[in-house]
Amino acid sequence: MKISVVKNILEANDRIAEQNRSLFDEHSLTVMNLMSSPGAGKTSLLERTIQALKEDISVGVIEGDIQSSQDAERIARMEIPVVQINTGGACHLDGNMIRDTFDEFDLAALDLLVVENVGNLVCPAEFKVGEDFKAMILSVTEGDDKPAKYPLMFHESSVLLINKIDLLPYVDCTVERIREEALKINPHMTIFEISCKTGDGLEAWYEWLKQQVRSRKKA
Amino acid sequence: MHEMSIAQSLVDILQEEMVKNNAGSLKSVKLNIGKLSAIVPEALSFCFEIIVSGTNMEGADLIMEMIPLKGICLDCDQAFEIEDYAFSCPHCDSPNIRTISGQDLSIVEMEVE
Repeated sequence: MKISVVKNILEANDRIAEQNRSLFDEHSLTVMNLMSSPGAGKTSLLERTIQALKEDISVGVIEGDIQSSQDAERIARMEIPVVQINTGGACHLDGNMIRDTFDEFDLAALDLLVVENVGNLVCPAEFKVGEDFKAMILSVTEGDDKPAKYPLMFHESSVLLINKIDLLPYVDCTVERIREEALKINPHMTIFEISCKTGDGLEAWYEWLKQQVRSRKKA
Repeated sequence: MHEMSIAQSLVDILQEEMVKNNAGSLKSVKLNIGKLSAIVPEALSFCFEIIVSGTNMEGADLIMEMIPLKGICLDCDQAFEIEDYAFSCPHCDSPNIRTISGQDLSIVEMEVE
């Protein structure tokens, strides 16, 4: 007997992500899913961003790693609410894992919730968690061929931060090529060139992020 | 390997449908796998086999149809296949395109006894 099913396989996760989304909307909370390869600078970007924004914007962070709470400890030093998820082996965060952290936050008191995903240029792009947008970091030490090699990640992200530009003199990589390749895959991507080490380029990122939070508060 | 969590989601849906339809065993499942989903069919097959081993779905055929990535240009109205993940119109170079197929990961049909 044949049964016609016609169901999205990721429907269960998508449904949880939608429920998360509804809860976030109730609190006019902007949620950013931050992704990159391991070591590209997610936690460093967050440290810089939180330092710059925390007087104006109330920030909370969900840290995702396979093991270790080192990232959560770094963020905790900034005296903002942070929860560490250890997946134990899963290569990405999903809607369910995010939902399980809600009791640890006062969501009503937050303006911006950042989900720092597991370091991985492949799987996190596949799974919604209820975010408003996905942001990704590519550091210049990773090479300018990465957009072509990891198209889904670049396609799904609204924002690309090209990090470690202070190292450009030492690598065979150009930001022009990264831009060109990324925009082929995602012509509407907003791109920032930054160095979390020197602080270059970060002001524009802070302004953009503040604007994202402000626009959701109005709505 | 996230094909494992996708295979688990697939099995959960199939189990639900089998109970709903009072099915005894699963013979085959047809899936649409969009090119953008970045799923490796062999990996999904492998994970599926592991999960259903020893269950009433063991031995079922996983039939996967790969759906190409297609778009339509919102400026010149032309439809086209998106090559090399270049998300712009090959006819007029516009970046204003809408993806019309190749994004989904879905079950189409299952055959049971």
